[in-house]
This record gives sequence, structure tokens and C-alpha cells, in this order.
Amino acid sequence: MNYEELVNAVSEIILKAQTELPLDVVNALKRAYEVEESEIARKNLEVILQNIEIAKNSKLPICQDTGIPFFFVEIGRELELDFDIKKAIVEAVRRQTPAILRPNAVHPLTRKNSGDNTGIGIPVINIDFVDGDRLKITYLPKGAGSENVSQLKMFLPMEVGKIKKFVVESVAKAMGMPCPPIIIGLGIGGSFDVSAKLAKKALLRSIESMNEFELEILEAINSLGIGPMGLGGKTTALAVLSEINHCHTASLPVAVNIQCWANRRAEVVL
Amino acid sequence: MISKPKEIIISKVDEKILSLKAGDLVHISGEILTARDKAHARILEFLESGEKLPFKLNRSIVYHCGPIISDNKVISAGPTTSERMSAYAPKILEKVDLMVMIGKGGMGKDVVSAMKGKAIYLAFTGGAGAFAASKIKKIKGVFWEDLGMAEAVWIFEVENFGPCIVAIDAQGNNLYEEVERMVMAKL
Repeated sequence: MNYEELVNAVSEIILKAQTELPLDVVNALKRAYEVEESEIARKNLEVILQNIEIAKNSKLPICQDTGIPFFFVEIGRELELDFDIKKAIVEAVRRQTPAILRPNAVHPLTRKNSGDNTGIGIPVINIDFVDGDRLKITYLPKGAGSENVSQLKMFLPMEVGKIKKFVVESVAKAMGMPCPPIIIGLGIGGSFDVSAKLAKKALLRSIESMNEFELEILEAINSLGIGPMGLGGKTTALAVLSEINHCHTASLPVAVNIQCWANRRAEVVL
Repeated sequence: MISKPKEIIISKVDEKILSLKAGDLVHISGEILTARDKAHARILEFLESGEKLPFKLNRSIVYHCGPIISDNKVISAGPTTSERMSAYAPKILEKVDLMVMIGKGGMGKDVVSAMKGKAIYLAFTGGAGAFAASKIKKIKGVFWEDLGMAEAVWIFEVENFGPCIVAIDAQGNNLYEEVERMVMAKL
């Protein structure tokens, strides 16, 4: 594999993620449409499902907020490359702006837009080493409407029982702003910064892989009645997905990363 | 409990919008303009200094949206979170006699009171960018491009743009507030 091949492969997954929603998410939205009884909730889900079809068939971005680009890279220890993977990823992001990606990256203080979705620390690239000789890259664009209502709390070590309430209250506070039905990435443990990273990484999991703990929180969230777009209904969230790390005996960090219904992601294995 | 909502087509902003009720469904055929945070801030600067705006704001349809425009075509244009415009909207509403706003998530209490008797807020499904783009027939103009693609004011010709839900009407009825009250009672 050479530099150009990697740039092309990454450009491909950017296009795929932005135009084709993963099947587990589409299926969950279809189930939500069946379950909803209110006319307004059903109309919203109908538009969402039509939008998914149009985006896929016409290769148009599902949402105009094409997000901040996050990449999760797994590098096989036996793999030898003579070029910089990070550079190739940055180049792919530039090439897809503004063909598919809206320029979203700005300096935090001057608010000046870089114009090409890159900047200090952007794209966000997480690198892990794994066994084997393969390279796996997963792309997750994250929009601001949902990111802005995410929460992090440092609990006392004995407050494990309060986690569920914290997640439910975070969702209640967000109401319609993050474009429900949402997906919740829940990061538990690690440290202040690691819990937030875990919450983001949890969004990569399939909706169909929820455990009992996650399903229990999901049920509590959906009993709130916020509904699609915050206009009332049975489906406030499609999933709660968690990731856990060990942490200091004296702390319990919990991060709630809220994601809109458009949980866009795509991966490539080379 | 839930009756079937009325479906209405709006082609221009006149006194008829004042009779629409929260829960009604609306489609728009006509001209809309986009404005996000930076455009709202600049509109306010113009209005406060008495300078003439380069586009028509009174009796207009303001869409809270930062579109993606590629090769002079709208490729994705769903609504953005309207709450961010809540700080500017009351003062802007003082200067117009009628207005329609489209966005997602609703707006603050001050906006809802400033809207009484002159404005309605329509909710368009968030994230439905490709769907919204399919209803935009033409780019009629663009102003303040120095603010960037998403923040510039784009003038679109739309056809059958919707379904939009009247989420806040000109009498102060607010669907978001109703849902919020119910949610808070459950916590």
C-alpha cells in the first residue's frame, strides 16, 4: 500500500459515512416509526427515513453538519509503511471539502474557519496497535448540536448507583436540541479525559449489541417522552452504548457523549 | 387525544400566518433566507445602526441553516439548533412586523414572547439535510459570504418545503414547552 492508495481509501469511507447510514441505525429508526403513535413523531421519522434514502441514492450528505472528523486507527504490529498515515488522513479530509464535507473547523478564540476541515488537532486521530499485519481505519463524523449537550461528571467512588440517573437527567436537559432519537455513548472509569474518550469510542459499537445495564438505562430514557426532535413521543433514544476502563480507587468519572440519530460511521480494512 | 393536524401551504408572509396553531403542518413554496449566529449578529448591527440590509428581512422566512453548497448547488441543507439564535431574535423581531422562522429544537422564552402577534416558529426535522436540499429549487442570491459558507445569508427558492410543524404559534403556544413540562414532571 502506498500513500495515494490510503488517501483514496480514506476519501471513500468519508463519502460512505456521510451518505449511507449504517444498517443497525436504519433498522432502529424503522422500528421507532412502527412504535410511534403521535402524528408529529411519525412525520419526523418519515422525513428521517426518506432523507436516508435520498442521501444514499443521490450520494448527498445525510446532514449538512458533516461534523468534526474523528478517526480510529488500528495498526497491525507486523505492518511496515514508508509514509505518514496521519498525513494521508488529513489529505483525504481536505480532498472531500467541500465536495462532501462542509468546512467546520475554526480556531476556538478567533473563530476563523480554516476552510478545509483541518486545524490544530483536527482531524482527531486515535491510534492503537494490534496483532497482525492489517490496517483498520474507522471514521466517525460528530456534529455540534449533539456534542454541545454532552456531559461529564466526577462521581464519588461509592456513587455507582447514581450513574443511571445522571444519564437520564443529561438527556432530559438536552431535550430536542441534539436531534432525537439520539444514541448515547457512555464512558465509565478511566480518568477525567479518558472517560470522555471512552464515551466517544462507544458510539462505534452496533446498536444491536446492547447489554442489560444499557437496556435498563435506555428504557428509563424512553419513558421520558421527549420523542423525535423533542416534540413528544416514545422514542427519545435508539441506544445506550457504554465502554468501561478501570479507574483510581478514589474516583468514578462518567462521561455522556450524546449523538444525533445520524450516527454516521464507516470503516476500511487494508 | 391527538387529532390529525391541518396541512397548509405558505407562499408569502402575510397576516394569515398569525392564525396558524401549534401542531399544524406547513409546506412552503417561495423564497426563504438562511441565517445562523454570525448573520444574526450582523443583522442586529445593521438594524441598530440604521443601516439598510442588503436583503429583505421584514415579512420574510428566516431559516436557521448552514447549508453545504458545492458547484453552486445546494447539496445538504437541514436546520441548525435555533437556541443559539435566541439571544438575537427578540431584538430583531422588534424591528419587523411579520416573520416566519424555521429551525430545530425551539427557542427561548424571550423569543416566544417577542413573537406574539407577529411571528411563528416552524420545526423542520433535524438532520434531514439531503431531503431539505431536494426541496430547494434555486439559489437566488448570497450575501455576506465573508462569514463563510455555513454562516452566509443564502436566498433560496423552495418548493413544497416541508413538512414543517408549527411548534410555536403567534399566540405563544409552544409545543416544546408542553413536552418539557411533561418530562420534568417525570424526573
